[in-house]
Amino acid sequence: MTADAPTGFRYIGRRRRPKEDRRFVVGAGRYVADVTLPGMLHVALVTCPHPAARIGRIDAAMALRLPGVRAVVAGDELAQATEPVFSGLDLPKMKRYPLAHGVVRYVGEWVAVVVADTRAIAEDAAELVEVEYQPVPHVIDPEAAMQPDAPPVHADHGSNIFYRRRFVWGPVDADFAAVPHKIGYRARWHRSATVPIETFGVLAHWSSATQLLDIWASIQMPKYPDNLARALRLPGSAVRVHFDVDVGGSYGVKRGLKHSIVAGYLARKLGAPVRLLEDRLDNMRGGDAHGPDRIFDVEMAFGDDGVVRAMKMRAIDDVGAYAGRAPLQLGKPIGAIVGPYRIKSVAYEPISVSTNKTPEEAVRGFGQAPTNFAIETGIDLIARKLGLDRVELRRRNLIRKDEFPYTIPSGSTYDSGDYHAVLDKVLAAADWAGLLRRRDAARAAGHLAGIGLSCCLEPSGGNAAFEPLLNPKNETTTWMEACQVKIDLTGAIVAVMNTSSSGQGHETLVSTVVGEILGRDPDTVRVVHADSLGALPSNSPVGSRMAIMLGGAAAGAARKLKAQLTAIGAHNLGVAPENCLYADGAVALAADPAKKLSWAQLVEIAHRKYHLLPPGMEPGLQATHAWEVPTGGTLPTADGRVQMYPCYAFEAHVVYAEIDRVTGQTALRAYFVGHDCGVMINPDIVHGMTYGGIAHGIGAALYERFHYDENGQLLSGSFMDYLIPSSHEVPNITIVDHCTPSPLTTFGQKGSGEAGYLGAPAAIAGAVNDALAPLGLHIAAVPMTVAAVGDLLATRSMKGAIA
Amino acid sequence: MKPVDFDYEQPRSVTDVCRLLAQTGREARLLAGGQTLVPLLAMRLARPAVLIDINRVDELQGTDTDDGSVVIRACTRQSRALADPAVRSRLPLLAKALSFVGHVQTRNRGTIGGSLANADPSAEIGLSALALDAEIAARSAKSSRTIPIRDFFVSPMVTALAPDECLTTVRFPVAHGAVGTGFQEASIRRSDFALAAVAVQLIVERGVCRRLTVSVGGGGATPIRLAAVEQRLLDTKLDDADLAEAERLAHDGIEAVSDIHASAPLRRRIAGALTMRALAEARNEALAGRA
Amino acid sequence: MSQHEITLMVNGEARAARVSARLTLVDFLRETLNLTGTHTGCEHGVCGACTVLLDGQPVRSCLMFAVQAAGCEVVTVEGLAPDAAGMSVLQDSFCEEHALQCGFCTPGMLLSAHALLQRNSAPTEEDIREAIGGNLCRCTGYKQIVDAIALAARRLSVANAPAADRQPS
Repeated sequence: MTADAPTGFRYIGRRRRPKEDRRFVVGAGRYVADVTLPGMLHVALVTCPHPAARIGRIDAAMALRLPGVRAVVAGDELAQATEPVFSGLDLPKMKRYPLAHGVVRYVGEWVAVVVADTRAIAEDAAELVEVEYQPVPHVIDPEAAMQPDAPPVHADHGSNIFYRRRFVWGPVDADFAAVPHKIGYRARWHRSATVPIETFGVLAHWSSATQLLDIWASIQMPKYPDNLARALRLPGSAVRVHFDVDVGGSYGVKRGLKHSIVAGYLARKLGAPVRLLEDRLDNMRGGDAHGPDRIFDVEMAFGDDGVVRAMKMRAIDDVGAYAGRAPLQLGKPIGAIVGPYRIKSVAYEPISVSTNKTPEEAVRGFGQAPTNFAIETGIDLIARKLGLDRVELRRRNLIRKDEFPYTIPSGSTYDSGDYHAVLDKVLAAADWAGLLRRRDAARAAGHLAGIGLSCCLEPSGGNAAFEPLLNPKNETTTWMEACQVKIDLTGAIVAVMNTSSSGQGHETLVSTVVGEILGRDPDTVRVVHADSLGALPSNSPVGSRMAIMLGGAAAGAARKLKAQLTAIGAHNLGVAPENCLYADGAVALAADPAKKLSWAQLVEIAHRKYHLLPPGMEPGLQATHAWEVPTGGTLPTADGRVQMYPCYAFEAHVVYAEIDRVTGQTALRAYFVGHDCGVMINPDIVHGMTYGGIAHGIGAALYERFHYDENGQLLSGSFMDYLIPSSHEVPNITIVDHCTPSPLTTFGQKGSGEAGYLGAPAAIAGAVNDALAPLGLHIAAVPMTVAAVGDLLATRSMKGAIA
Repeated sequence: MKPVDFDYEQPRSVTDVCRLLAQTGREARLLAGGQTLVPLLAMRLARPAVLIDINRVDELQGTDTDDGSVVIRACTRQSRALADPAVRSRLPLLAKALSFVGHVQTRNRGTIGGSLANADPSAEIGLSALALDAEIAARSAKSSRTIPIRDFFVSPMVTALAPDECLTTVRFPVAHGAVGTGFQEASIRRSDFALAAVAVQLIVERGVCRRLTVSVGGGGATPIRLAAVEQRLLDTKLDDADLAEAERLAHDGIEAVSDIHASAPLRRRIAGALTMRALAEARNEALAGRA
Repeated sequence: MSQHEITLMVNGEARAARVSARLTLVDFLRETLNLTGTHTGCEHGVCGACTVLLDGQPVRSCLMFAVQAAGCEVVTVEGLAPDAAGMSVLQDSFCEEHALQCGFCTPGMLLSAHALLQRNSAPTEEDIREAIGGNLCRCTGYKQIVDAIALAARRLSVANAPAADRQPS
């Protein structure tokens, strides 16, 4: 798809009320817990209290005697009846089942499920299930887990390393030797996640009459129906996933495959609908939805001018007890491994490590946010070492606009950008000089104050080239999306999308695009979610891909319809299509526009007047478009070079913070972000997701952590201890937009679903460290909690002059 | 997160509450605002056989004033107390503290008595009651008694109330003269449990501090009065050197626990700093005339 | 099992039911009355997704039992619109400012905001953030929610002003 002219849109880029909002404000959203079926049964979980143990006897006799209890199922039964949950890596000796099979590997792992008439009864019964455990040695720290004598999480696998490879792109060692300076540092990104307010839930119903498993789930996952079918040993055509369930936020994490396998299995076994709905405690510990847990060891080599020539990065990710898709989050950042900078060569060593903790899942950005934090930490350290202004240093390192398309050492080409312009815009909006004065005045008054700056990329478009990159046995290069657009015989437009939505405004996206192409008011375009049997293939909303891919698919289908309408009009006007003008759904003679066929007339011909249809044209008005991600379709080279995502949005954050020098509380007083995601199809939606991404970033930078003790107990397993930012912790945010269209997409749009989150933690960390700098203090771990900052401040005298 | 099953009683008088408590004893829990008890029920950390809901006992609602005190009945909502003119004018320290308690939604259900009986060491209401030398009234089927606030908090979540006793009122003495109050709290997010909180009430006469109470909560097993600070600052002008000394005494005089949110040393440092800030707030208020 | 007969007003309508004592108010609304607009996000009183009005005041309905609400008036998100087909000024303002994305926290937000505007017709930004301080949102970063509530306040004040005083909005 080549870009349409980026100016002169009628609907695209204009403020329009998102269509979805209305049903939510009147309480008519339909989330999985709102779907009920007659005779529905409820599930409660029996979970293990040990980080590692062998499972002995399971006695459910007392539980089964409770009135209202229908079944208790444990790991052996499920392991016989289902296929293991898939992994993104090639790990034949790591088997993962929804219920622990013989061995438990983390606190909170599911050991058995109880099915009852109500959730309350199921919980009563779950307490009565007796399980014998023989604890075995466990390992919690990832670096300890990497040692050869560490207790093995998966004995058969042979070590606790799920994946390790060192990529070398370019003459890294020579580049290091060629420049006068280098720094080395560690950056720690502690475990957090995007934790939606709605937990994961699934409702399964098996009909033996039709041999069909119906599934309603709060899901955001590529290939969910297929993976579920495979695990349940059903053909794909026997599983119908209802994608019209509203999902209460996901931001990556709602993969719920093990929940769905359990529910699907139980529904078939018991012949009744079965609902498995996580409560918050289930979700935090055993929901398997934790995010990256990273140790970065980085070296950067640079000249006297601060320009970074080369980088070595080792990234350890503690993925927990099992490897699902999460280890691939070490691979995606390869597509932007140098960030927005002109670093010439890179050595990158990702290491995926297993410990006895809750398994990770995909989180917004798929590993890019921690990587950006690691890169920006280095840039700020270089500025400090050379005594250079942080803005100037970035200016020198940023890829220039005349260098696009720009290919980075690891093989990805950045499509377009003007990073300096965005940086200038945000600095102007923030009044950088004024912020400096504000900061310095605060310092003069005895306060701790700092400004943070980050320049980060948001790769978008979602080509999962990291799959074959990290697992050569998986030669997946198709990363497609599809859309069908229909005009019915009343002239109503319906567009069909093929996956679920969790607040990204896809219905508005599709209707705006279709309306733009067909010249019809988007409010008259209805967008529906097909179920998986009626759906075309989709790879779901991940990797900031839907504006590009669903937008492109909808546009492609709409274009086909537009061409068809034009052809019908031309045929009935007696001329070739080139001699017609299509406008607002009507087709007119270019030479004499008064001669035209209206929308209603064209529709009627297509649906009812076959005798007036151009010969050979299919009757009706329906078109589909399925397409591959731009620049996709190739396997990695032997040295691991591949085009990762196609499009690169850019964000520059400026944040001003003050820190209470005794308590260590950080208050964000001013927040500005410059954002370039190309053409925005609906600005309010894009801005909203950016604000939300920044809020997620604030949580990751200052408040949120899945905190484990040395016995593998999760200490922050409820909202009382896992602290999500409220309206008090998220400041007013000013977004400054810039538009560098992508040459690869239909309208020049880039994706932006992960915006804000990718750059905020780096900027906030920078602000905290700028505030601590006069005291000679520095933190390189997030979250920079009150505990961390407060104790660090105590290492300096509270009295006396500040530098 | 569904609670265990329980029997539910909804008495209409204190007499009935006490009768039920006498019958059920340790198997029963009193339900007032529920903002702390119901989460415990949901997590099955509390597993009562009987829940005695005291929200319909009219005689446990509202405030009374007399010459020397304001009496708040146990089931008075925190939001109601915060809006009460008697509380705002005569118990300014409590009014300040209440604005830190939870959120709008929790203050609409949470009660003054419930918070005290719950005895969370970081709770603002208990801290203020301690600084105000409040007096708890409790009744059982057998007897009534009053418990000075100094004897009320025993350990985290444990009070001097017997299993068959119901807290009925809290009596807050009213201070007269050039009164100044200070309430300072540090928490991670706004409205989180306090890492440390300090409540101060003082009276100044001709620039000299003649009465002073300082209480601190959040670090130790119960809120405590900082006697060392009170003794040191009494009869002084509360100048900056005095306050700096108070910070040191507070820091040294507090026991605190470490958890994932703050280390014990950090809690002590915070408590020390907040003591100084609360004293300054109260001093400035007293010297300026009632703010 | 301890069962109790209760009657209460919900969205202006008298409702009667027999409930288990341990059934929370939010589960009663959702499962017994099929008013699924109120949501549960944590069941331990932190996220605010379960916020309803009880006798006019916002409360966390996951922290009350249905049996406690006997004789009370409850308003849920389904009761905010002036009629079945419409939206209140506040709901419409949420749409105008795109004050939601996934919509899960939205009912609770609306009720907290509604209660604010009932008691304060000219809230400052700080007032607004305080009023929704007990409602967590993971999608929006709160800014568009704050803007929507401020817009609703302005619109409501104009609606009550004499025609000559109205500023174009």
